[in-house]
Amino acid sequence: MLSFSVPLGKLVRTLSRLRGGGSAFPGLVVEKIDPGFMQRTLASLPHGVAVVSGTNGKTTTTKMVVELLESQGLKVFTNRSGSNFTRGVAASLLGEVDWRGRLDADIAILELDEAHAVHFVNKVEPRFSLLLNVLRDQLDRFGEIDKTARLLEHIASRTTDTVVLNREDPRVARISKILHDVDALHHPAVRYFGLDESLRSTFPNDDEMRTSGSGPSPSGTPVAAAEGEPVELPAADVVLRRVGAQDAEFEFDGETVSTAMKLRGVYNIFNAAAALSLARAVLGTGPVDTPKLVKALGEVAPAFGRGESLTVDGQPLELVLVKNPSGFRLGLKSFPAGGYATMIAINDNYADGRDMSWLWDVEFESLREDGVEVLTGVRAYDMALRLQYDEVPFGVVEPDITAALRTFINGSRGKPKRIFCTYTSMLAIRRELAKITIVEVVS
Amino acid sequence: MTSEVQPTPETQPESPQPGKGTLRVLQLYPREMNIYGDWGNALVLQQRIKWHGYTPELLEYNVGDDFPEDIDIVVGGGGQDSGQLVIQDDLQARADHLRELADGGAPMLVICGLYQLFGKFFKTSAGPVIPGIGILDVETHGTDERLIGNVIMKSTEFGDILGYENHSGQTTLGPGVEPLGTVTKGAGNNSKDGHEGARYNNVVASYLHGSLLPKNPAIADFLIRTAAERKYGTFVPGKPDDDYARLAREHAARRPR
Repeated sequence: MLSFSVPLGKLVRTLSRLRGGGSAFPGLVVEKIDPGFMQRTLASLPHGVAVVSGTNGKTTTTKMVVELLESQGLKVFTNRSGSNFTRGVAASLLGEVDWRGRLDADIAILELDEAHAVHFVNKVEPRFSLLLNVLRDQLDRFGEIDKTARLLEHIASRTTDTVVLNREDPRVARISKILHDVDALHHPAVRYFGLDESLRSTFPNDDEMRTSGSGPSPSGTPVAAAEGEPVELPAADVVLRRVGAQDAEFEFDGETVSTAMKLRGVYNIFNAAAALSLARAVLGTGPVDTPKLVKALGEVAPAFGRGESLTVDGQPLELVLVKNPSGFRLGLKSFPAGGYATMIAINDNYADGRDMSWLWDVEFESLREDGVEVLTGVRAYDMALRLQYDEVPFGVVEPDITAALRTFINGSRGKPKRIFCTYTSMLAIRRELAKITIVEVVS
Repeated sequence: MTSEVQPTPETQPESPQPGKGTLRVLQLYPREMNIYGDWGNALVLQQRIKWHGYTPELLEYNVGDDFPEDIDIVVGGGGQDSGQLVIQDDLQARADHLRELADGGAPMLVICGLYQLFGKFFKTSAGPVIPGIGILDVETHGTDERLIGNVIMKSTEFGDILGYENHSGQTTLGPGVEPLGTVTKGAGNNSKDGHEGARYNNVVASYLHGSLLPKNPAIADFLIRTAAERKYGTFVPGKPDDDYARLAREHAARRPR
């Protein structure tokens, strides 16, 4: 039976691809007929498995880690298709193993969503984990962010070698203490990625959202200011020191390294520090070609739909994926509105999160001066209502994304364009754009 | 396509008319109790007070602050269980004052976590009981079942109320309160009796978070009208443009649970 599972799984995979089916189905088949397939295959990897999880930025960060390690000559297996759950990992493995089930790779770097990661680490203990953040995203799935934090704690507790934590996210940084409290002697090593003090104000976390002074405090009203509590931060393995228009500075090993960046948006570049720290953990004490590592970092392009730049009518069009209040706020901060025509597309399908309340946790004043040309998506009118209350002028409200996109492009000829979009509206926009312009094809 | 961006509707006055007076809105514990869009309720009160021609003053009260005087409207949001633990002692210390305001007819809106703590107690599923301040004759028991999704309810007072719920505490009403509405889609206070929220005097309590007031301007205007009448003896409404609120409601009503 065992010897047939891989060929059969691969056959199912080929067939389901031919009929354009879901990417996870072959994984389901192989899980059923050969439940040990995934563990057995991953256990054969000399550098083991690294899991990347957190609310936001998993896809781009995973891509960065892969490219960083490849720059050092490692063969990396990853779940590129975005099937970031156990069955999807099994399906991705099927595509990569040979007919005897052997995987030609040194390490697996796996993007796993918080809830699925818990199932995964119960089956496969990761050697490394990278925990990015706990934001108010998908609360309709997880209930509350403290619960999401507990999912990440579980991933950390199952990690055997090194856990990489975001020093600036209190819920993530706290995991170090929990690991230590549970097992003071045998917990995994912890390293942090962090931000220079000068950049911290650009990353208000969810707890500081209403007290950081970034909120809309109406003039002349006595809103209490935040109390700056002095916090003793642990030393970080990699610190993001500065973000320029097209470059960035990272500090590690006591030196500051400057590099050009293809990624846009401070949050992506902060995740570059995370990727660098995980890559350094994986490479361990072995030889590291630092110039190549830094060069690779500078060459990482954004993942599918995340801060991508396309060209329409000879003008740049940027897609900015927004999934939660922190992401939207950072998007607005990272991409100033001046000179751009703006569209916002909000869907509330399952993959977006069904709850749209978070739009009220984002301040839209930065769009007030230039206004927003088009609002679209299932929840276009919710977005219109939100902008009305922030006194941001807007033009057309058209829930149908196809019609809205054409209106937007026709109405803003000769101008660079930017679209803030939720996940499923991003997919719809890309489908439509592919009819108009060349869009990067993702395997 | 109109690439020209249209100005905000003209029915909304540019600046408040000073003649109508000031209304002071106090947000309770925004630092700990502001999960998922609760800021929206404060923002909507502030803007609609302006659109009705009054001058809004928005204040915040957090643990340890001096409690401001002359409050016209109180609004409080939801929080993590951990946030409720942080505020519980401070809230008890303010209980008499808040009860006095509520008994005296001050308009209040409390959502989710503060709805629970305005009741008699919240027995968490882990065991500990967080005492409430007893303004509302309700009690809440933590459960392992999470009630999540879009909600529509009927209210004789406010018409259809739309929103989104996400809670594992289940609340039951005592004889001292009325439900805010009867659920036609969703769960509401608990998974059994089909009621959502609670009404006592001019206190409105609900599990529908964040977007309650934006999409339900009738409730926002009730709070504002009540505040103005208490303070000035009369309420002279303006004409806020609620076209987008109406359209957002129509679309929200068609979404699955």
